[in-house]
Amino acid sequence: MSLEIIPYTIEVREDTGVNNAKLGIWLFLTSEVMLFGALFSSYVFLRIGAASWPEGSSILNIPMATLNTAFLITSSITMVMSWLSLVEKNFSAYKKYMLVTILLGLAFLVVKYFEYSAKFEHHLYPSTNTFLGLYFLMTGLHVLHVIGGLIMNIYLLLPGAKMWQSYPERFTNRVETAGLYWHFVDLVWIFLFPILYLL
Amino acid sequence: MSSNHVDTKKHLKIYLTVYISLMILTGVTVFASYIPTTVGLGITLALIIASIKSSLVAGYFMHLIAEKKIIFWTLVLTAIFFIFLIFIPLMSVLDPIKY
Amino acid sequence: MSTEKHTTHELPFWRKYIFSTDHKIIGIQYGLTSLVFLFFGFCLVMLMRWQLAYPEQPIPFIGDWFGDSNAPGGIMLPEFYNQLGAMHGTIMVFLGIVPLAVGAFANYLVPLQVGAPDMAFPKLNMASYWVFFAGGVVMLASFFLPGGAASSGWTSYAPLAVVATVGQTYWLFGMFLIITSSLLGAINIIVTIIQLRAPGLTFFKLPFLVWAQLVTGFLLLLAFPPLEAAAFMQLMDRLAGTSFFIPSGLVVSGEILSNTGGGSPVLWQHLFWFLAHPEVYVLILPAIGIVTEIIAVNSRKPIWGYRTLVYSVLFLGFMSFAVWAHHMFMTGMGTTISTFFQTTTLIISVPSIVILTTLFITLWGGKIRFNTPMLFALAFLPMFGIGGLTGLPLGLNATDIALHDTYYVIGHFHYVVAPGTIFALFAGIYFWYPKITGRMMNDKLGKIHFFGSLVCMNGIFFPMLIVGLAGVSRRLWDGGQQYAHAQGVYHYNETMSIFAWVLALFQLIFIFNLFWSIWKGKKADDNPWQSTTLEWATPTPPPHGNFATPPVVYNGPYEYSVPGHSTDYLPQNKKV
Ligand code: HEM
Ligand SMILES: [Cu+2]
Repeated sequence: MSLEIIPYTIEVREDTGVNNAKLGIWLFLTSEVMLFGALFSSYVFLRIGAASWPEGSSILNIPMATLNTAFLITSSITMVMSWLSLVEKNFSAYKKYMLVTILLGLAFLVVKYFEYSAKFEHHLYPSTNTFLGLYFLMTGLHVLHVIGGLIMNIYLLLPGAKMWQSYPERFTNRVETAGLYWHFVDLVWIFLFPILYLL
Repeated sequence: MSSNHVDTKKHLKIYLTVYISLMILTGVTVFASYIPTTVGLGITLALIIASIKSSLVAGYFMHLIAEKKIIFWTLVLTAIFFIFLIFIPLMSVLDPIKY
Repeated sequence: MSTEKHTTHELPFWRKYIFSTDHKIIGIQYGLTSLVFLFFGFCLVMLMRWQLAYPEQPIPFIGDWFGDSNAPGGIMLPEFYNQLGAMHGTIMVFLGIVPLAVGAFANYLVPLQVGAPDMAFPKLNMASYWVFFAGGVVMLASFFLPGGAASSGWTSYAPLAVVATVGQTYWLFGMFLIITSSLLGAINIIVTIIQLRAPGLTFFKLPFLVWAQLVTGFLLLLAFPPLEAAAFMQLMDRLAGTSFFIPSGLVVSGEILSNTGGGSPVLWQHLFWFLAHPEVYVLILPAIGIVTEIIAVNSRKPIWGYRTLVYSVLFLGFMSFAVWAHHMFMTGMGTTISTFFQTTTLIISVPSIVILTTLFITLWGGKIRFNTPMLFALAFLPMFGIGGLTGLPLGLNATDIALHDTYYVIGHFHYVVAPGTIFALFAGIYFWYPKITGRMMNDKLGKIHFFGSLVCMNGIFFPMLIVGLAGVSRRLWDGGQQYAHAQGVYHYNETMSIFAWVLALFQLIFIFNLFWSIWKGKKADDNPWQSTTLEWATPTPPPHGNFATPPVVYNGPYEYSVPGHSTDYLPQNKKV
């Protein structure tokens, strides 16, 4: 009931050109930029100050990470396609694309799981050195973001999709908003990959 | 938001182009990392490619390229503060007095 | 938007008052919770003041409440003193002032002042309150841990905090919750201001308080995440054995720490102050906003230089991201960097002065009504002035070398926050109380509260400046008793303590007034102060959905004493 009375929940406000959710998610993403920005900054700080620094490629598994990069980038385009399907009022296509997005996200996690366990098997822990500490911190935080995005996407695929019947515009908006977040998670990975693995 | 049919076809094409460019750039980054260069050059190259890729994602998948002023300016503000953040590590190298 | 009355179809009690999505209820929840925390934080410091005034004498009456691990025989141990100090700062800043100034005032007032039916995201709003509440519970629970609560200061400097007892881990978890809550709140406030302004309410017709809250929202949004990152790193240092903040070869209690080392304690300080300097503006900007509203209403004059105020506060907010290292001059930064931050610090004090000046000029020639909210607002001006001016010597490198980490710093920021921000918050409570409850708070009791608090606040904090100038360090368990240079000023400790305890008595009057007036206060009409802004155009108390009919705005926020009108004020929604 409180929804009905709040203006610009769905429709766009004329003078700002956006609706509430669009502005809200972008503001959230700015704070995420600062969160990861602080981590990047710490990375550079610690690396500059370090007496020695291992080469990421000598410890980490580049092929696996490349595969993961491909997964995330692909999931980004399927995510945007799922939104586009809704704009075209094609609900079944939406479901397909969303499912693929979720599967790709899960695949990312599976690969990450193997990567982490391989590290632990070789007795490489966060405490081993500062580089590994940062590796686990940054990728771990990113994984948390992926999990969050997956939960959101699964919700939008299953229980949340009921809204398509009752309130299609609002549902389309939700998928668009979720997409913005998901692309951001992709975007963070685009930086993490070279910084941790390749440099 | 337009739900016009012609428009979505055009979108589709753009998305695919962006997708393929992203994949190619990923390949280039990985490939370049195997070429022995100086550390400085390697870092610069990797960061440039990452920036291009992220601009593509933000610009097209996130529609920033056609986004409204208010969001654009919020991001500019964030970018400035982000630069302030990056200033932290630089301070430790820029200053002639070492500690 | 529908114009019919939002039917009050009865929600069950717990939906209406506990898990409410109504911004007004949430605002009141924030307000009451944070007032409790403020009082609790004050109690902690009253205990500390006993130890400072009468070191190693048993605490009277309640001394044996704290157990042998904290105060054997009622005599406070240094470890306990450190816990009290760290938690005092943490509670006052993160669980007291910010939730009151932002959580309570922004939540209650921003939608009303912009003419909106609620916040943009009501459910998020509720979540933000309950996450904050959980954060508070975690912080309080930490007192009962083995080793007690966090004890490394509100700044949690590494490496001390990394090797501290388990209380510090709770502190970090508590901070995660508080940060999450602030982020949710900040997004909500910003979106509400930008998106939900009533028709006709352009940005330059916004009441100044709304501007202040907008800038505050951005500060919370963009400054808190770096602390969150830092908190993750400290957590890993504590739990996963990393060494982000631990230098090589650190020796603790005679043993070399097992961490690999190679980290940097200074990094924590950078990340902490990257948040914490903007945070001090989070403490002050809403206060300035509240004071501006009250001064305009009670001097029956338009604010002098409204646009100047707006540009100043925007500039302040922006610059507050570029001064953080003035807290770190003594870390051995080189001269280039120090000079840079000294310069930005001096630049940022300019808009503060501009703001104070415009407010003073506004008073000039006004028909001033000396009611309780106005008295608090007026006292804010010189108190904030002292606080700001004492900041200048701290911002200058050369003088900060002597002043850093002395009681002078404590005096400085308490002048800004206690008789500054807290007075403004009191002013706000007295001022908007009739809108919330339909009754005025008692003015006589209010004046006793005001004059008592004014005298006591200065009695506490002015001597701190003197003690600090004599070189006495902060965070000393015995108040400096054993130092030769402290002997001349040592006696001030007793004075300050007595003023602190008397201050508490005056707060009891406020608490009594706050509750008594709900039932016994003088009845107030919808606009008891003859104010122009939109919150006074609602029924009292505002119903769910706020406005009987959605307001349309025609006038600026401060149209007082406009010539040619029957009243001396022109409400924002009145067409002329
Ligand atoms: C207006 C001009 C201001 C200037 C130039 C200024 C400058 C400074 C400087 C340089 C310090 C560091 C001192 C040291 O540790 O050696 C400091 C500390 C502090 N200031 Fe300010 N300040 C100003 C306003 C404020 C305001 C408005 C607030 C809060 C509402 C504030 C709150 C604090 C706090 C909390 C600390 C101490 C933090 C700590 O070490 O625990 N200041 N100030
Ligand atoms: Cu500061």
